[in-house]
Amino acid sequence: MTKDKKQKKAKGDVGGWYYSEKVKDHFFHPRNVLLKDPKPGEFDAEGVIGAPICGDVMRMWISVRQGKIKKLKWRTFGCATAIASTSVFSEMAIGKTIEEALKITPQDIIKELSGLPKVKIHCSVLANQAFKKTVDNYNL
Amino acid sequence: MQDKICAKKRKKICVPPLFIVKLKIMNTRRIYLDHSSTTYLDPRVKAVMEPYWIEKFGNASSIYEEGREAKKAISDARLKVASVLNARPDEIVFIAGGTESDNLAIFGAARKIGKGHIITTKIEHHAVLHAFEKLVKEGFEADYVDVDKDGIVDLKQFKAALKPETVLVSIMYANNEIGTVQPITEISKIIRNFRNSKHLAAFPLLHTDAVQAPSYLDLNVDKLGVDLLTLNASKIYGPKGIGCLYVKRGIKLEPLIYGGGQESGLRSGTENIPAIAGFAEALELAQKERENESERLKKIRDYFIEQILKKIPDTVLNGSQENRLPNNVNVSFLNVEGESIVLYLDAKGVSCSTGSACNSASLEPSHVIRALKRSHEYANGSVRFTTGKITKKSDIDYVLKVLPDIVKKLRGISALS
Repeated sequence: MTKDKKQKKAKGDVGGWYYSEKVKDHFFHPRNVLLKDPKPGEFDAEGVIGAPICGDVMRMWISVRQGKIKKLKWRTFGCATAIASTSVFSEMAIGKTIEEALKITPQDIIKELSGLPKVKIHCSVLANQAFKKTVDNYNL
Repeated sequence: MQDKICAKKRKKICVPPLFIVKLKIMNTRRIYLDHSSTTYLDPRVKAVMEPYWIEKFGNASSIYEEGREAKKAISDARLKVASVLNARPDEIVFIAGGTESDNLAIFGAARKIGKGHIITTKIEHHAVLHAFEKLVKEGFEADYVDVDKDGIVDLKQFKAALKPETVLVSIMYANNEIGTVQPITEISKIIRNFRNSKHLAAFPLLHTDAVQAPSYLDLNVDKLGVDLLTLNASKIYGPKGIGCLYVKRGIKLEPLIYGGGQESGLRSGTENIPAIAGFAEALELAQKERENESERLKKIRDYFIEQILKKIPDTVLNGSQENRLPNNVNVSFLNVEGESIVLYLDAKGVSCSTGSACNSASLEPSHVIRALKRSHEYANGSVRFTTGKITKKSDIDYVLKVLPDIVKKLRGISALS
């Protein structure tokens, strides 16, 4: 069975502990990570979601120019899928308007990552929630 | 068409040598530091198993020559195992691995009595803990004794937990995650004194899961003072799917499997002769080599611990350094998640394991690390390295070279840093 067929069959679940090449790529080479602590005023808003008890915490920063997301940076404490899903979300959201980016669902993220092991889906795909929190803070 | 055939032919010719080369590269390039999870099969053990696949394939229940041959193989193996444990051959029950052995000991002892009180610790293997949970559902009352911050069972609390109705105590010899060695001899003394003081000659029974012990610790059941002891081959360079339960003479257990009545009725089913022969050989070798191997690996372990704590800030050792298996190093890195470290190390050719929530089916961090009362920031960052016969100091030096950068990178990404 080809990789594609396998993923289609399981509707996003790729079973066991299998990671797609896309997950590996984003896990080993995460995009848009905030490495240095932000300077005051560098971003327009910041949001956090998760708790260390569950093993996943995400922090996100955004800059908005003319209604569009110009910059989106993040940091994640978590496993491979938590890191990869935040990384891939950052690529999906940058350049979109806030309204457009708010429409990105966990399913969209999973699709973009070419599927995830089932056990990982509910716990580690938190990027869209972290973004919502950040937007809430932006609108305050 | 012509091309296709050629390609097929080429492939046919190319595959075997390439495959062998790749295997060789894999073996030399990977550093396997997960021996507490499972070990490879020692070639000496494999050689002992060899005749029982094709030449001597008989069923030990048959009375003709092939059967007698199989029966002899089992009784030879039983004798070997018994002599390692300083037990009698009829006290050894061969069974399909550590989990089954733990289950037979716990369910077998408890269900024979039917009701009562049972005691274990918070750091047992799931084969014990989940069996206890099941017995609670069946009406037993259970106590789970704490361990101290070093991962050693609290003897005071244990003593206080003993009741006249206590029928079974199950405490592991050496922990599979943090390698801490429990004072089984002292525990059996406490139980003996309790039995005598209450005029209860037989109960509670003491079971110990000694699956991680044979390569490093003394297995003399008289010295340990245990009634039931679990062993497994796949952690001691033996085959998978085989182990034994030592059942002290006179102790009655309720079987879990019914059938042809093999293994004194305690484990029905046609005996797995190659595995039984291999297990006995592996156990004998483990005990023969344990002193030299312990000394060698202790040096590597202490060097590894010292260097890791020196090179990586905000790192703690989980479990006592002194009362610890010579092959176990378990550390927690603050603010990084264990699975991420394991996968980054995997990419660098190193195999190890983690107690992080992300790595468990329950999505909770390891119950063993939590029993040490570590914060969740540390509990989710635990990584276990377990060395073995193939481990050299240079392997550890390689890990020490790559690990600090991995932790640094993941801390850079971490939302908690």
